[in-house]
Amino acid sequence: FMQRGLDSQTKKQLEEEEKKIINEEHWYLDVPDLKEKESCIIEERSFLRCEDLVYGRMSFKGFNPEIEKLMIQMNSKCKEEEIEEDDKMEADVSDEEMARRYETLVGTIGKKFLRKRDQRVLKDDEEEDDEVAEGNNTRPSKRAKKMFLKPQD
Amino acid sequence: MAAERGTPAEALVGQVVLPGDLLLLPAHYDEDAEGERLRLSGGAAPQGRLLCGPGLRRSGAGLLVTTCGLLRHRPGGGGAYWVDSQQKRYVPVKGDHVIGIVTAKAGDVFRLDVGGSEPASLSYLAFEGATKRNRPNVQVGDLIYGQFVVANKDMEPEMVCIDSSGKSSGMGIIGQDGFLFKVSLGLIRKLLAPKCEIIQELSQLYPFELVIGMNGRIWVKAKTVQQTLIIVNILEACEYMTAEQRKQALAKLSGN
Repeated sequence: FMQRGLDSQTKKQLEEEEKKIINEEHWYLDVPDLKEKESCIIEERSFLRCEDLVYGRMSFKGFNPEIEKLMIQMNSKCKEEEIEEDDKMEADVSDEEMARRYETLVGTIGKKFLRKRDQRVLKDDEEEDDEVAEGNNTRPSKRAKKMFLKPQD
Repeated sequence: MAAERGTPAEALVGQVVLPGDLLLLPAHYDEDAEGERLRLSGGAAPQGRLLCGPGLRRSGAGLLVTTCGLLRHRPGGGGAYWVDSQQKRYVPVKGDHVIGIVTAKAGDVFRLDVGGSEPASLSYLAFEGATKRNRPNVQVGDLIYGQFVVANKDMEPEMVCIDSSGKSSGMGIIGQDGFLFKVSLGLIRKLLAPKCEIIQELSQLYPFELVIGMNGRIWVKAKTVQQTLIIVNILEACEYMTAEQRKQALAKLSGN
């Protein structure tokens, strides 16, 4: 890998030499650079930027629902301050419903991705919770089944 | 030629200006270092650049008026001055949304008539979801709503039907039926103003769909031919009616 380093160094040296040669040969103006005046005026030929015109495609009273959605989108781009307030209002599902659904969702979808052994454990856990009140007899027997029984000589 | 003395721009806002008038701008738009000092010390200096809109040209110390009309001013966002003039003939401007009529198909490109001096070109790839194999179904005589991507006096105007992020956002082929008519550009700007009374009043009448192109063309579609024609007549007449006359006309219609 040292070779590659050497090559880049030699390349750099070659470039520097080339630049030196070029600079000596280059013609340049002795005149001091004119200051570029930063203009504070932008020329604009479109009325759109001046007047804040609304989007040209419109639909009223539900004639074309896609365009009505588009109207809301386009016109809200101009008024971005209102969007932040309206986001909470426009949610189809309220926060409470979301929380409720998540509780049930996480369990059901989580089960789908468990391996078989873990699924059995889950089932046992659920049945255990139900049967705690009834009695603990079933527990040791199930646990015993899972453990490896050494064959008796 | 005698040098004209300019008048300060603020004095003429809302008044008629004629081509050749010179408008002087306040000191903080000067390009000298003195101007900068004033900017720093003056608390009320607007930030950002001044927008010099249609009808005005930058010339030396101030702005030169090139069309006759009323001078308008918008103080927000660095300030903007422009001349509100009446015109029927459209000049293509970059970024404008217009309605074009397809007049010819030339290989990969459609030629559209937009009401300017030259037909505009529209590539078949400039539609949302268009690929070389998946071509848009555009026939001669179709109406297309698109925006200009190139529009200056030296080149042929070019249009596209997608925006900078690749989405069509309402642009593309305008559907079947409906009625296309032409109005003056001043009415178009009035209709597209943020809270336009004409449009609000019309929207109370019947359900309908409206596409307004900046080149003076409006396309209307309602459920029946009669309703469509009523809306067309109102929009055309709006230019010369006062607000009261318009309200009377609409009241008669909604009564019927």
